[in-house]
Amino acid sequence: FFGPGAIASAWGADGDPYEISDYGNVTLLHMTDSHAQLLPVWWREPDTNIGLGSARDQPPHLCGKWMLEYYGIPMKTKDAHAFSCLDYTDLAHKYGKVGGYAHIHSLVNRFRQARPNKTLLLDGGDTWQGSATSLWTKGEDMVGAQNLLGVDDFVGHWEFTYGQERVQDLIKNKLKANFLAQNVFSSTWNELVFKPYVIHEISGRKIAVIGQAFPFTPIANPRYLTPDWVFSIHPGHMQKMVDECRQTHKADAVVVLSHNGADVDMKMASQVQGIDIILGGHTHDIMGPKPFRVGKTIIINTSTNGKVLARFDLDVGKGKINGFKFYYLPVFSNLIKADPKMAAYVDSVRTPFKTKLAEPIAVTESLLYRRDNFNGTFDQLLCNALMDEMDCEAAFSPGFRWGYCKLPGETITMEDVMGQTAITYPQVTVNEYTGAEIKNIMEQVADNIFNKDPYYQQGGDMMRVGNIQYTFNPDALIYHRISNMHIGGKPVSSSSKKKYKMAGWAPVVAPVEGKAVWDVFAHWLKDKKTVRVDKLELPRLTRNMENNHGIAEPKTYGL
Amino acid sequence: MTVAIGNPMIRMPSQAKNGEIIEVRSLIMHPMTTGLQKDKAGKIIPAHFIQTVTAEFDGKLFMTIDWSIAISTNPYLAYKMRAQKSGTLKMTWKDNQEQSWTATAQLTVA
Amino acid sequence: MAGDVPGWPAKPFEDKTLSSAMMDSVGKTSVAPSPKVKLTAPTIAENGGAVPVTVEIDFPMTADDYIDAVYLFVDHNPSPLVSKYQFTPESGQAYFQERIKMAKTDHIRVIAKSSKGVLMASTPKEVKVTIGGCGG
Ligand SMILES: [Mn+2]
Ligand SMILES: [Mn+2]
Repeated sequence: FFGPGAIASAWGADGDPYEISDYGNVTLLHMTDSHAQLLPVWWREPDTNIGLGSARDQPPHLCGKWMLEYYGIPMKTKDAHAFSCLDYTDLAHKYGKVGGYAHIHSLVNRFRQARPNKTLLLDGGDTWQGSATSLWTKGEDMVGAQNLLGVDDFVGHWEFTYGQERVQDLIKNKLKANFLAQNVFSSTWNELVFKPYVIHEISGRKIAVIGQAFPFTPIANPRYLTPDWVFSIHPGHMQKMVDECRQTHKADAVVVLSHNGADVDMKMASQVQGIDIILGGHTHDIMGPKPFRVGKTIIINTSTNGKVLARFDLDVGKGKINGFKFYYLPVFSNLIKADPKMAAYVDSVRTPFKTKLAEPIAVTESLLYRRDNFNGTFDQLLCNALMDEMDCEAAFSPGFRWGYCKLPGETITMEDVMGQTAITYPQVTVNEYTGAEIKNIMEQVADNIFNKDPYYQQGGDMMRVGNIQYTFNPDALIYHRISNMHIGGKPVSSSSKKKYKMAGWAPVVAPVEGKAVWDVFAHWLKDKKTVRVDKLELPRLTRNMENNHGIAEPKTYGL
Repeated sequence: MTVAIGNPMIRMPSQAKNGEIIEVRSLIMHPMTTGLQKDKAGKIIPAHFIQTVTAEFDGKLFMTIDWSIAISTNPYLAYKMRAQKSGTLKMTWKDNQEQSWTATAQLTVA
Repeated sequence: MAGDVPGWPAKPFEDKTLSSAMMDSVGKTSVAPSPKVKLTAPTIAENGGAVPVTVEIDFPMTADDYIDAVYLFVDHNPSPLVSKYQFTPESGQAYFQERIKMAKTDHIRVIAKSSKGVLMASTPKEVKVTIGGCGG
């Protein structure tokens, strides 16, 4: 895929991109949403991530050239490749894969050695889910990797989908990091389930790290997996925690390690006083090269799948931060030597599953990706597979933001199938819905993404639909966004007697019986042998979306 | 079907300063059925819910609560009380099927 | 065997509409909001069967003047009046936390009455009951 020349040219142009001069007395390293990708992956940024209202044309709702223009990044450079979807396949061949725990480990060690006893490594969650081995070891392979990497503090979201007993077991008996959440309470006595914050002493200064779990876990994921825990945002309690850190513990700097998602973080920062830095995750956004400010609070979001390591060098004085330097570092696996210890660990956890992981399923002739507001090529295949295999006329697939890419010409292995589907509630379902019911479901999900109030945004993408055509106005209110809906090219019937047979997966309401989605998908792919997606099924967007900087390719939406 | 019922519990500080306002938290097991739902056989499940909760300190009533069918199963309740002297807090829960439960907690005021 | 607890105000609890429940509770169908009446509830319900609410009224509780009663309503519940709290100066503060049932996206509202008969309302708080299934 890439010759040694490519590596040299990438490196040679700008020198060593990871050489950082010394500044300040405290260093924070932040990674988030690795989604259990122990090895380097291909990761394409979305071409659509629409911002509305005051979030329109603001970070992180910038795609393609808009993203590069905002941050002043020249086209076709390696940073342009990391931060935008433009020319993805060509530049992927040139610059290679991103992330991988052995590469991240080398980088972290290098920074730790340059800044001995000054460095904290903070993991923003969604670390235990997203791969075959994490699912098969119920998160344990990732806990081992976190321990080896030396993660100091950690927060959660998909972690909770292993169920509350498993989460407690791993936290209490295996994980070395502090698991923090100021917004998870017991459903009986309304008491904190986890430590809300921890105070680190570094260079004689006190650094408070407050944890914020994903507030909508019991809605976005099955509530029955965490029946005794109540989540939500709790800005009032966050304020109390900040005040406690500052007043009782005399913290000199207050950092929130958050899994809120970027827009929720921004609103929370406008409501809570006294947070210096929010290290954000969940929405998998590029919100970095320049940090974003809300009032006195600095907010970043650090991508996903190990693509970016963020670094703050802080000059922490008595009771305040005097100054900082910020680095948003794409982890180009070809530019970083793998750490041998971590590489050996990763190999050891994969060995028992090697044959199963490597099983070839099909070859793709076109780029496969998931991340985008409305559809991805991988999801298009998944919807097609569900309709064919379950004999349905339409399909739903959840708008997950994890799931890495495959380049044209690559073989899709069983590991790659799991990379799109590895969840603890993988059952495929078949339901009969009226046209009105289908629209109602789509409208409700759309409102969880495009509501202008960030506190209603759950941070996923729009549900993917197979064989459903519609016009969409993101800016409208709930029940008014979708119009002109067709199924199979025919206008949707308004009759309550006409039912459409629909396939789906990942049921959240209650446990159900059913085939696992990876088996259904793999069966279909094997049957096809080679696959390609030339045209994505996308809604038509209304005219008010013209020139929205969250859309890189307006033509694909009829704009 | 048997449903756990009763077992009222109170959690509050055992000591307080004179004049301090303390938080009292309580929990009781109760099905709190609404009378609007049917069982699997299609028969209405009768309403069975706590209607009143009272709190008294050393025999003096200081708070009365009336609840509807819209209070959740196993009701959690938190409220406040001004600590003025040492004594006993007593809470009483009564439901619409003539059952009642009490729980007490001691407070020492320094 | 079933019978209402003596003193339990059956009439407002059996009212089927918000306006009649308000009328039978405070004698009015509309009360002006006051920043003194703070109602906290989640924007989105995790469990429509147990929505946590906190009510806190910023009002001195003296023998002379205090919050006497606090009513909590859910606009379109089968019986909109959810609870009635009666406080005394010994409460120290008119404050409570409880968990309530909501069938669908709806508004919660609170009305407080002082011992001198002054009525104050909270800003109505919408709690959304929605389907999920997506996520980053
Ligand atoms: Mn997440
Ligand atoms: Mn994530």
